[in-house]
Amino acid sequence: MNYLTQRLLTFPLVLLGVSLLVFFAIRLVPGDAIIAMLGTEAGLLTEAQRASLAAYFGLDQPIVVQYGRWLAGLFEGNLGISVTYGKPVLEVILARFPLTLELSLLSMLISLAVGIPAGVFAATRVDRPSDLVVRLFAMLGQSTPSFVVGLVLIYFLSVTFRMLPAMGSFTPLFVDPIGNLSQMILPSITLGLSFAAAVTRISRSAMLDVLSDDYVRTARSKGASQRDVVWKHALPNALIPVVTLSGVEFGYLLGGAVIVEQIFALPGLGRLTLDAISQRDYPLVQGAVLFIALNFLVVNLLVDLAYAALDPRIRLGGK
Amino acid sequence: MGLLKAVWRHPSGRIGAAIIFIFLVLAGLGVVGLTPHDPLKQFVVDRLKPPSATYWFGTDLLGRDNFSRLMLGISESFIVAFASVAVAASAGAVIGLFAAWWGHLWDGVLMRTMDVLLAFPAILLALLIVAIEGAGMVTSIVAIGIVYTPIFARVVRAPALALKAREFVEAARTFGSSQGYILTRHLLLNLVAPLTVQITLALAWALLTESGLSFLGLGTQPPAPSLGVMLAESKSMMTRAPWLMIFPGLTIMLAILGFNLLGDALRDILDPRTQGRAA
Repeated sequence: MNYLTQRLLTFPLVLLGVSLLVFFAIRLVPGDAIIAMLGTEAGLLTEAQRASLAAYFGLDQPIVVQYGRWLAGLFEGNLGISVTYGKPVLEVILARFPLTLELSLLSMLISLAVGIPAGVFAATRVDRPSDLVVRLFAMLGQSTPSFVVGLVLIYFLSVTFRMLPAMGSFTPLFVDPIGNLSQMILPSITLGLSFAAAVTRISRSAMLDVLSDDYVRTARSKGASQRDVVWKHALPNALIPVVTLSGVEFGYLLGGAVIVEQIFALPGLGRLTLDAISQRDYPLVQGAVLFIALNFLVVNLLVDLAYAALDPRIRLGGK
Repeated sequence: MGLLKAVWRHPSGRIGAAIIFIFLVLAGLGVVGLTPHDPLKQFVVDRLKPPSATYWFGTDLLGRDNFSRLMLGISESFIVAFASVAVAASAGAVIGLFAAWWGHLWDGVLMRTMDVLLAFPAILLALLIVAIEGAGMVTSIVAIGIVYTPIFARVVRAPALALKAREFVEAARTFGSSQGYILTRHLLLNLVAPLTVQITLALAWALLTESGLSFLGLGTQPPAPSLGVMLAESKSMMTRAPWLMIFPGLTIMLAILGFNLLGDALRDILDPRTQGRAA
């Protein structure tokens, strides 16, 4: 069985596992679902009201049946009703998702734009002072939590310029591009810094590997300029691990958005999840976690497929 | 002891080891209560004092000594980090070993389960667990432990599979060595090197995740000062009392840096293939 078939076959299995985990995890919450939904007001219910509510939500069925119904609902995009918003969970999530998606994509863009050139630069000057400086910064970047970066950025902005980034509300990109970008730039840098460091490190080491390959030596001996060798011959191959890393990292950016949205008070999916947790809105917690995990899995699958399509060694199943 | 010497000779290993040593001393002193002041005591007249000879790192809004709180915070964060990595490493090692040893269906089931856990961004899975169990130190340990288990399972499984096919394991089987003996003596002992590297790096991630959870208010609960809690508390006063943000921020960064540096050094030393390659 080659890599692609294997990957495509196990994908639905992992999806099923993710749905099982999210469904049963929420069932582990102490107290029953009705108490979880109504909080202290559940105490005011009569036995009959409680039973009819349980029947309405299907909670009187065996847990396997409940899971089956929930799973069937997923295929129709039905993630249940949010307790705090009184709206379908999917609707609530989709309203918040564009911000988080934009934040993740922008930070990825910034990271790649900084990390790849820095990595290539360091690799071509290996062990010289400039290489050491790049490595030092990469190490520091990877060791600094996003909330430290975010707080420091806000601090400098408020002390040196006596201003604060627009917080609380969100300006959509298509309504006011400039307003949107000026609001998103700090959060994106905050979220992207550690990823930029990771990109730097991996493109440096991939570049070092490739630069010692025979075909690069051939290119050099044919008289190709250093610039051509590095950017045209070596870089495309050195980018393969960077692409893989980006796929994996996308999920972490979506997750990391939880913290960054909290610092900058941005109403995105991460903050929604966090609020849902503190308000014990379990259908929403369930839906949001599932939604992010699905995005992560799909992006990873796409990256793997693209990667396999580009590299025959993987497509044909060696490794 | 050869390893210690090698770490000391490795430039980034030496810096990393030194940083971690200092933090361990501070954490130890914090745990036994040898702090300059009582970390929870409120010196009401000395609220929001900048760093001075009495209060080395200043005081917070309630007049508590920032340095003493930081020492206790380091120990809180380190306890969670070490305990959760212990959970992750032992659970992951057992799962990886069994997956490799039993193979076939078990391998598939165990490793696909690990894939399911890996489908969640670390902080999100930790949040889900905290949402269920309620915030607190034990929950943080369990949550971070579960989050990083799959990584250890993967780190153990692949080399365990390779070892399983080696002659000396074959020989031990023919001699009639028990499965437990082979798994621990022949497989696990040979995996100490990759595990050591992974444990060191995982400590850095665990610190990162722990401080993130506490920063969000879902980790260690106040008044216990964890590094993340201290930073979250500093946010509203950053212009009036920047020392409340700067010192915990630097502390978290240095601690994570220490484990990252040491982890990279160990990887260089224990895995000759990456010699001089790790940036």
